[in-house]
Amino acid sequence: MARVAFDHVTKRFGDVVAVDDLTLEIADKEFLVLLGPSGCGKSTALRMIAGLDDPTEGTISIGDEIVNDVEPRDRDVAMVFQTYALYPHMTVRRNVEFPLKSRNVPHEERTRLVEDAAETLGLTDLLDRKPAQLSGGQRQRVALARAIVRRPQAFLMDEPLSNLDAKLRVQTRADLIELQAQLQTTVVYVTHDQVEAMTMGNRIAIIAKGALQQVGPPQDVYERPANLFVAGFIGTPPMNIIGAKVVQEADGLAVSVPGARVPLPAELAHAVAARNLEKVAVGVRPEHLLLAPDGFVPATVTVVESLGHERNIACRLDDGTLVITRQDMDDPRPTVGETLRLTTEPEFLHVFDADTGERVDAP
Amino acid sequence: MMLGYALVLPSLLVFGTFIFYPFVKNFWLALYRTPPFPNLPRSWVGLSQYRSVLTSQLFTNSFRVTVEFVVLTVPLGIALGLALAVLAHQRLRGISVFRTIFSSTVVTSVAVASLISLTLLNPQIGLLNYWLGRTGSLSPLDDPKWALVAVAGVTIWQNLGLSFIIMSAGLQAVPDDLLEAARVDGAGTWSRFRNVTLPMLSPTLFFATIVGSILAFHSFGQIDLLTQGGPADHTNVLVYAIYKTVFQENNDGKAAVLAIALFAITLVLTMVQLRLLERRVSYER
Repeated sequence: MARVAFDHVTKRFGDVVAVDDLTLEIADKEFLVLLGPSGCGKSTALRMIAGLDDPTEGTISIGDEIVNDVEPRDRDVAMVFQTYALYPHMTVRRNVEFPLKSRNVPHEERTRLVEDAAETLGLTDLLDRKPAQLSGGQRQRVALARAIVRRPQAFLMDEPLSNLDAKLRVQTRADLIELQAQLQTTVVYVTHDQVEAMTMGNRIAIIAKGALQQVGPPQDVYERPANLFVAGFIGTPPMNIIGAKVVQEADGLAVSVPGARVPLPAELAHAVAARNLEKVAVGVRPEHLLLAPDGFVPATVTVVESLGHERNIACRLDDGTLVITRQDMDDPRPTVGETLRLTTEPEFLHVFDADTGERVDAP
Repeated sequence: MMLGYALVLPSLLVFGTFIFYPFVKNFWLALYRTPPFPNLPRSWVGLSQYRSVLTSQLFTNSFRVTVEFVVLTVPLGIALGLALAVLAHQRLRGISVFRTIFSSTVVTSVAVASLISLTLLNPQIGLLNYWLGRTGSLSPLDDPKWALVAVAGVTIWQNLGLSFIIMSAGLQAVPDDLLEAARVDGAGTWSRFRNVTLPMLSPTLFFATIVGSILAFHSFGQIDLLTQGGPADHTNVLVYAIYKTVFQENNDGKAAVLAIALFAITLVLTMVQLRLLERRVSYER
């Protein structure tokens, strides 16, 4: 049980910067999710904690020790691979036992620990099978058992659910959260699936192009995305982003979006004025964009998707910008081609600097 | 239907002429005793020729020499190929140069390899002979005690490139994440090799053992060029014995029986391979 910290860590593969000046501290017993699109460097960051890749610059510490020069075997971390990486020629028992054997744990203790881990993960009946005889979910549990069996200081998980079918994934997500609560261990969890990140993490660290974009509790990240990338990445469907000009109105600043002018609440107006911006990107979550007869923005319906409990309605604004809004199933279904009017409340507006992509009212 | 036959006809003719006909004819030859002088009629002896040939000193000696030759060449050849492959698998600067060097003997013909070895082992000027402290005395190739070992050494060297390539391909098929998992699990270099690499290589090792054994049982070129089966039949492997029986003794009946014995050995090895392949030595992931 220990904290894990990146201190100005950069990793280059030749000319490619995989991880760019990452500074991040993962608290003891925390469940931290590294979230980002494929190729963003999140797996490299995880592999550097494990010691499978060495940082080009900066230091990584586990507990109070800087581990840059420590061999993977001496770092006392366990890793669950996306492919599970089970040893195909060994039975489940020998797979789970392998980390203990490598550390010369005596035979009796080994047997006891293996059986404990197997029981925790419901593998007791499968101990004498080989990985090829197991289902995907069972293999995944064997990989977990192999990780927990020696009670490491931290668990590293690299997209452990991505090879499971959708139903099993939801179940396993819950199981993993329970397991972490039970084991009271630090977990660093890599995924590209924002639903996993939102549901599992104590905190989410969002990475793009090797650089940390934002870190914080899931709800904070959802409610106050630090930049346009995070705003577009977190949430399904993603936040609507509309390009807008800043205009001076009689009663304060407003943004001019296609077909309308939207006054900014005082706090946002202040932030925009402080940055002296002319162009901004205005963001509104689909659930905050409402259809209303007296709405101030006209939009033409292009696609109506029924999800069973609600509808997603895709519309185009006058300048062609695509926006998505949600609607209850009880409301009348709009027809494609129909022109609707959209509205939102000022407090649901997110305003970003159009050039840098940064949130204007970021602390 | 007719078109299908027409399309396979060319290869059927070639196979028929050079493989199927000689194969059947060989069994027929084995049933007749070859006359002591040409142009005399063959005499039908049935299966009795099998007994006389298979119990003859020629066959038992050749069989023993061949088995010794296989035992000397195959395991060591595979082990050396694997060792080189493991070395070349390291991510080091300029390693591809070594890969090329290691696999170079694949494009070396038996004749060239044998000539080089003959020079190296020459009693007067051979460098290897000098290093072995044998300058001026017999070449190992002429020494009854060492001839087979020397031929085996040349064979191992000549086959090393192929062995290296097969083992390299096998190593490349070992998934990286298994080795990385073993590293995180605490396994050292040797433990990773023994517990992960070697088991994952077992299909390759098995394949190389069987194919290598079959090839070794069929060795001819290097024997012909290096020792001609001598000294005193110490390197007279089965194929060479067949060759001498046909072309020096002109006894095709006897040679046919020897060839059938070699066929039986190859058949058994092939069947073992097929049987074990069915039982999957390989691992599903």
